[in-house]
Amino acid sequence: MTAVDERPAAPPPEPPEPRRTPPARRVRGDGRAAWALLAPNLLLIVLFLLGPLVWAFLMAFQDKRSFGPGRWSGLDNLQRLLGDDVFWRAVLNTAIFTVATVPVGVLLGLGLALLMDKALPGRGLFRTVVYLPIVVSTLVVSLIGLLLFDESVGIINGLLRDLGLGEVAWQSDGALAMASVVVMTLWSRTGFSMVVYIAALQDVDPQTVEAARVDGAGRWAVVRHVVVPQLRPTTFFLVVINLIWSFQVFDVVYVMTNGGPGYSTTMVVTYAYDEGFGPARNFGYGATVGIVLFVLTAAVTLLQLRRNARQED
Amino acid sequence: MSKPVRVAVCLLVTVVFALPLVAMVVIAFTPREAILDDGASLWTDDWTLENFRGLFDQFPVARWFGNALVVASLTTLLSVVVNLLAGYALATLRFRGRGLVLGLVLATLLVPTQVIMIPQFELVARLGLVGFFWAVVLPSAATALGVFLARQFFVGFPTELLDAARVDGCSTLTTFVRVVLPNARPLVAVMTLLAFMTQWNDFLWPLITLRDPDLYTLPVAMRLLQNAYDNDYGGIMAMALLSSLPLLVMFVVLQRWFVAGITRSGIK
Repeated sequence: MTAVDERPAAPPPEPPEPRRTPPARRVRGDGRAAWALLAPNLLLIVLFLLGPLVWAFLMAFQDKRSFGPGRWSGLDNLQRLLGDDVFWRAVLNTAIFTVATVPVGVLLGLGLALLMDKALPGRGLFRTVVYLPIVVSTLVVSLIGLLLFDESVGIINGLLRDLGLGEVAWQSDGALAMASVVVMTLWSRTGFSMVVYIAALQDVDPQTVEAARVDGAGRWAVVRHVVVPQLRPTTFFLVVINLIWSFQVFDVVYVMTNGGPGYSTTMVVTYAYDEGFGPARNFGYGATVGIVLFVLTAAVTLLQLRRNARQED
Repeated sequence: MSKPVRVAVCLLVTVVFALPLVAMVVIAFTPREAILDDGASLWTDDWTLENFRGLFDQFPVARWFGNALVVASLTTLLSVVVNLLAGYALATLRFRGRGLVLGLVLATLLVPTQVIMIPQFELVARLGLVGFFWAVVLPSAATALGVFLARQFFVGFPTELLDAARVDGCSTLTTFVRVVLPNARPLVAVMTLLAFMTQWNDFLWPLITLRDPDLYTLPVAMRLLQNAYDNDYGGIMAMALLSSLPLLVMFVVLQRWFVAGITRSGIK
């Protein structure tokens, strides 16, 4: 493994301000070219993503248990959902998972980026190791998670036994099972937050940092009051994308715990999947669970966007 | 923090982050009996290739590897082309409905793929694609992240270059091929890596649509193996290592491009 310095070989030239109002001559000609360039992408998105989304939305109002047409059932699915304890448990679990992964993951990324931003012996190697999980698939992450947290032959319990600390019930205790899923998620995500923060740190204005130093600000004060505020757009981007990922968590839970023990790690998407594809084969109900999650995710994201817009004013 | 303390903290973090990968590698080379008898550990005294040999003896591993390569390459090619064109249009051309299109593309980020899998499957089945690689390639080519990366990159693209090309009489297409592409290498690198990685690692959708074990990709097979091998961590980790190795190597080699791409694309 080579330790490389990730800075681009030559800094890109300062891009000029993009022009807001191009000459009228261009406006007319751009329309056709634009749609031609967009067409392949839009065709695929509309056909394979938005179409099925609309279809899933319609399925939420149907009694549909096989491929082919379903039977319209009005609000039956929604009604069942509201009284479904497992669904609410899944919502609670997803909320707990989100709270445990998003702030910690983003802060960890920021901390490590600050720690490894300046010259250090072995810095390239340190960074590479933290980045590597980015390319490890969630399936492999989950399989490694099983290997680490297996109660009888797992590596962590083996280490604990060797230290004379006894075994921990990673799989039969609900809270611990949740913890194991959170740990593996943080392991796989932190590298991404870190790489994005390191990119953003290159744009922090060194003069503002210098000025604060001259004014007698300590290292911590500089980070907190000068550097972190300049990273705000980055933090915003990372919080939104991590929120979406956490709301949609599936692979790690599906492979590591399959929602168990009991329903203690059942998430909204794993529940939707189980209802739709599992033994129940209730396509309509599975779609209802999924659509409710979609609406929730959209609402929380819009809330974040609005809060961000207000803070920028 | 003084420098020695920082180095020590970095070292600790690095060890913790390396641990799961080290575990995967060591267990892949640990004899099956050793794991069953003493449990898995981070070291073994008798390294062995028997886990790998077992895999290659029982399964068409090379074929699955090849399938994964074909599917991921096709998807990547298509994905980079359509996302690049769309991102370029959204960033540099002015037209009615631009905001709407951008919103629509970004909104697909909010859709959990498992939720639309049933309608997606019905569609793919109706198009007669089930059992063909296209069933995997077509639905995953257009991505919000790809379009977003490209758009952010091109928003910062020097307008003078585009205007100069226009004055010289270049059409939009010629401008794109002659002027834009040669200057977008870091972007293309990062888009390629992300698209390839996403497709290479996908297991659920290919499992549902490919149907035929001869068509399976490595991750799909790995998921089936996990159920069949239950607790044979040696075999599972050998498979996990085989399927992760190409990307790990690719990443270490291309890391400089990856970070530069993120830096210049304005994702930050």
